[in-house]
Amino acid sequence: MPQIAQLATTYSSQIFWLLVCFGLVFFVVGLGLLPKVTSTVDLRDKQIADDLAAAEAARAAADAEEEAWKVTAAKQRAEAQALIAQAKADAAKSTEAALAAAGAKVDETLAAAEARIGAARAAALGEIEAVAAEAAQDIVARLAGISVPAEQAQAAVKGVLAHG
Amino acid sequence: MAEGKVDPVHQFTIEPLFGTDHWSIAGYNVAFTNSALWMAITAVVLIVFVAGGAKRAVVPGRWQMAVEGFTGFVDNLLQSNIGAAGRKYLPYIFSLFMFILFANLLGLLPLALVGLHPFTATSHFTVTGVLAVMSFAIVLAVGFAKHGLHFFSLFVPHGTPLPMIPIIFPIELISFMVRPFSLGLRLFVAMMAGHVLLEVLSGFVISGTNAGALTFGIAALPSFLLMIGICALELLVAGIQAYVFALLTCVYLNDAENLH
Repeated sequence: MPQIAQLATTYSSQIFWLLVCFGLVFFVVGLGLLPKVTSTVDLRDKQIADDLAAAEAARAAADAEEEAWKVTAAKQRAEAQALIAQAKADAAKSTEAALAAAGAKVDETLAAAEARIGAARAAALGEIEAVAAEAAQDIVARLAGISVPAEQAQAAVKGVLAHG
Repeated sequence: MAEGKVDPVHQFTIEPLFGTDHWSIAGYNVAFTNSALWMAITAVVLIVFVAGGAKRAVVPGRWQMAVEGFTGFVDNLLQSNIGAAGRKYLPYIFSLFMFILFANLLGLLPLALVGLHPFTATSHFTVTGVLAVMSFAIVLAVGFAKHGLHFFSLFVPHGTPLPMIPIIFPIELISFMVRPFSLGLRLFVAMMAGHVLLEVLSGFVISGTNAGALTFGIAALPSFLLMIGICALELLVAGIQAYVFALLTCVYLNDAENLH
């Protein structure tokens, strides 16, 4: 095994060159280049953390904005609903009023017509009475040769008409 | 190497390169060996890899993503084991993890196909031992600097009955002192075992194929199929061992930092 067989003749050279090489690595890599690498990594980590924080803040702002918008929208919707309800109520009221007015007019017309019908009927009845009385006078005069005064004939017609 | 005979541990041999055999500092030999060469390659590849990812782009490319994946992985490891105080150990743990990982992976490269011999520096306990001792020394330094002599209370777990302390204390102390050995040996053994296994199996493939059609069918071919699976396993082990080394260093640092 050369590690043991050559130990006495090579140990000093091995140790010397190891210290030279490892020392070179330690000072050049460990103390010279490594801080550059780690500072770059730290800088990047910090930048990423900052960016994430900024994004988080922006998200929170957007959330707040959305919340405010929701509140506004809800308020506006409520206003619109109130407006619609108001309009509906108004429309219903005016419809009702118009209906009432129309109903009143119809009733009035009906009453007038009924009154006219009543009057016409009364007039017709009077006419029939007069005609009947004249006819009765005429009939009596022709049959019995008696001249009946108009009042008597009228009374007799009335009595017959009243008894049906 | 003799034909048909494969020495499975020859790959760990250290050979001085470029005639530097006699370089020395204060009497200690510091020859630039193949091991030193592969450690240097590891360092260069690692520096190039991390430098390519240190472009500081806010939107990272693939390369930067890969490097940031590794730093994030080690950072998480420290966070979950030590907590916020773990960030200051990131340069050391990251260097440690990446150096071991790259050394492990570079040693597995199939460069023999083009005539080069990859060398796994982490298959030498001299190397892993130094890394382990370094981690352990940091644990001790942090522990004593932060808690002073109070650091010794680490060896007395919470709620230990008073008469048990004389027994518990040496046991805990020994288990603590064994840490650098277990840390270094674990990595060295895992790397060496994997490479020896691959070498032995490739020896079967070569000898079995040379010995005729029958041995090719019953020995070489199954060994070759097994090697494919074990190569994948070795890639996994290379990552896991680097992770375990870094993880245990974090766990030990947590003891020193937070002292139960």
